[in-house]
Amino acid sequence: MSQLFFGYFAGMIAITSILVVALRNPVYSALSLLVMFFHVAGLFITLHAEFLAAVQIIVYAGAILVLYLFVVMILNVTQDDRYHSQWRIAGVVCIPLFIESILLLSGGAGALNTGSSSLQSEPHEAITANNTLAIGKTLFSTYLFPFEVASLVLLVAMIGAIVIAKRDIGERDA
Amino acid sequence: MTEFGLRLAISLTQIAAVMGIVVITVLLLTLAERKVLGWMQDRMGPMEVGPYGILQPFADAIKLFFKEDIIPAGANKFLFTTAPILCLIPAFVGFAVIPWGPNQTFEVGGITVRPFIISDINIGILYILAFASLGAYGIILGGWSSNSKYSLLGGLRSAAQIISYELNVGLSIVGVLILGGSLSLVTITDAQAGGFWHWYLFALPAPQIFAFVIYVISAVAETNRVPFDLPEAESELVAGFFTEYSGLRFAFFFLAEYANMVLVSCVAAALFLGGWNAPYPGTIMAFIGAPSLAWIENTMWFAVKTYSLLFLFFWLRATLPRLRYDQLMRFGWKVLLPIALGNIVVTAIAVFIYQQMK
Repeated sequence: MSQLFFGYFAGMIAITSILVVALRNPVYSALSLLVMFFHVAGLFITLHAEFLAAVQIIVYAGAILVLYLFVVMILNVTQDDRYHSQWRIAGVVCIPLFIESILLLSGGAGALNTGSSSLQSEPHEAITANNTLAIGKTLFSTYLFPFEVASLVLLVAMIGAIVIAKRDIGERDA
Repeated sequence: MTEFGLRLAISLTQIAAVMGIVVITVLLLTLAERKVLGWMQDRMGPMEVGPYGILQPFADAIKLFFKEDIIPAGANKFLFTTAPILCLIPAFVGFAVIPWGPNQTFEVGGITVRPFIISDINIGILYILAFASLGAYGIILGGWSSNSKYSLLGGLRSAAQIISYELNVGLSIVGVLILGGSLSLVTITDAQAGGFWHWYLFALPAPQIFAFVIYVISAVAETNRVPFDLPEAESELVAGFFTEYSGLRFAFFFLAEYANMVLVSCVAAALFLGGWNAPYPGTIMAFIGAPSLAWIENTMWFAVKTYSLLFLFFWLRATLPRLRYDQLMRFGWKVLLPIALGNIVVTAIAVFIYQQMK
């Protein structure tokens, strides 16, 4: 049963991710991204990570993607001028990714591989009792430092955005 | 497999019952809103259909049902059809985790049934927030796909407004979550039993009065109601994002708006006002010796709280003028957000000190 669900979610994620870049209409692209976020949340639920699933939808689908859609609609991007000849960049990005995936899928052959196959995660006991509590405790004990660094980075980005926005206002006033 | 079938049947019955109650409530609300607005403006409200106008909702429903369905030229047909559905589903899905009555169970054919909640998932409130945030898609896509500048402007305004005020809704709830120590609405409601001084609105060590006010204001803004109804400001945008909609599609948007109102009122009642708990310890039914009937009293209290909050929505509509767009944004980000953040800090410190003293 869980294999079936995984297959469905993984398949839909793959299909909709391709549609995001393949569709001509940017609004449809954003919508298939929305469907993808939902299926990623579904994957989290099959892993008993309900908190992550909810946060995935609230943050990505509820806030970030709405802003994308907002921008797409305001700019009203015409379909032709989206694709300049970006094949070279695409190639440069794709070749390492392709090699990487072959290395990963080939399993034990790679020298980087230590012990278990890298795509297979360790079998773990599902945290069924209180997923949110577990995440909170881990974030604020084991991963406290990375957590604080991440929040500092976000704070800097926020201040940067405010500074850039405020500079315009200051010029107009003066 | 019969057990699975039985479970499915029970769940579907519960879902049908809840849907029925919500739709009936929405029908009542459409009438109640006109009547209340009428009384507040010193007029009668609808009086023609049925005695005292009480059949008006049915007349409205029949009218909408038989109206011609128009898709404007140049509209994106697929999205124009999808948008009302996208708006309606999130509004209804949230009711799955609302506890309507006491947390009791009974057995049917070896299966434990919880009659007053469809599903008690341990991230209940996040689930509601997640789906509430999706309501914006229906509105923004409806506005865009109509191929009309009024609709587009209404949709964009709505998106900006919902994102801004969703943040305040989320932050105002955090205080309650700290006090309750859980994300499940059932656990939070159970923790508020035993009189109104245990409701999180008044409960020690950190009464959530500010959080409640912020929640109510933000909820009004999130449901696009007066005085925050800029997405459908009729004096500027004809009717906002649903200018081009008619017939059943319009009815879907209408239903979604009212269902959202009911949902945010239910959440406010469950989080801040003790949910189905009576404002006195225990229940009268248990006091007079009929504890098996206590659930009637409890569900009635839940209904009273929810309907009082819904009345507040009408009251605000009759009282306040619409805000200007920049006022709306400034109010959300510069007034409500700092208060909500301050409330979290104060609540966290108070709860910490309280736990140390214990």
